[in-house]
Amino acid sequence: MKLGQIVEKLHLETRVAVDALDNEVNNGYVSDLLSDVLANAGKGNLWITLQIHPNIVAIAGMKELAGIVIINAREPEEETISKAEQEHLPIMVSSMSAFELCGKLYALGLSGTKDDAEGI
Amino acid sequence: MPWGCPGLKMMLKEFKMDLHIHTCLSPCAQSEMLPTAIIKKAKEQNLDAVGICDHNSAENVSAVRKAAEKEGLHVLAGMEICSREEVHILVFFEDDNALMRMQTTVYKNLPGVNNEKYFGEQFIADEYDKVVGSTKKLLIGSTTLGVNEIVASVHSLGGLTVASHVDRESFGIIGQLGFIPKELPLDALEISPRCNTDEIENYRSYGFPLITSSDAHFLSDIGRVFTKFLLSALSFSEVAMAFRGIQGRAVSI
Repeated sequence: MKLGQIVEKLHLETRVAVDALDNEVNNGYVSDLLSDVLANAGKGNLWITLQIHPNIVAIAGMKELAGIVIINAREPEEETISKAEQEHLPIMVSSMSAFELCGKLYALGLSGTKDDAEGI
Repeated sequence: MPWGCPGLKMMLKEFKMDLHIHTCLSPCAQSEMLPTAIIKKAKEQNLDAVGICDHNSAENVSAVRKAAEKEGLHVLAGMEICSREEVHILVFFEDDNALMRMQTTVYKNLPGVNNEKYFGEQFIADEYDKVVGSTKKLLIGSTTLGVNEIVASVHSLGGLTVASHVDRESFGIIGQLGFIPKELPLDALEISPRCNTDEIENYRSYGFPLITSSDAHFLSDIGRVFTKFLLSALSFSEVAMAFRGIQGRAVSI
């Protein structure tokens, strides 16, 4: 699924790298612990988090994530925006909580990274 | 001044310290953060002592100390350790042996390999600012050590622990854990330069001594804020006594 489709359907507000909304999203990953994302997120994942610190850009770049959605209407720090601009990393903001957002992402057909979640 | 302890035989003197300075070893710090450059700036800022605290490593401490000795500046040897809860803790040691033992513990519990493209270079320098190597450890990452384990390990080696920038949501102990766990025997809390007076009073209510430091990643950051220590001499053990308020020694920001 294209990131742009998700942005449009869930009314996410794109704060940076609007030109990268063609990125393909394969799965979603939710975490607020950067080390956990580093260890467990995968290439092409959409990362849902409340973190707004500039380090999220480096993590997303290293893991080749499709983009980041910041929840609860929190705004990325200025430096986060400028770093994301350099990296062409899309960062979106949603007023939803992580729980609501993930529910809607599942309803759109996106799933998590673990195969064993199927059939529960 | 809030100082003054009549009847003390020992003369106490005020020392200005910026105890949280990164060097070019920290991937997020500028490559200009070299030993003699740091010391020169600290002297210009009239500091008496600096704390060298790179992320999860102490590999540049001895170079900075050697550079400082020539200039009569005191260096507190430390690290800024990242716990598994992503809480930053400044740790300081009197003797290099203890510091290196702590670094070994940190390295053993620090997974990952650095990627310079995303996180930055990690240069090891000598006391003449010459880059002599680099480390591949993922210094920006977090250790697998919990906050309690870190504090206990540091104390068992005779070191001091200060929770970094407690007013910052990211990597600050209150932001990451919600509150400071009861019974966590920290020696002090660090307040970042952006904290206002009301907020400082709020952090004071936790009952720990407060310090403030620059968390310098650029040379121009050094000394932008500092902590005043009232001590009989400039040494690690005097700083430790100031945190405990022993015999008139004190800390103020």
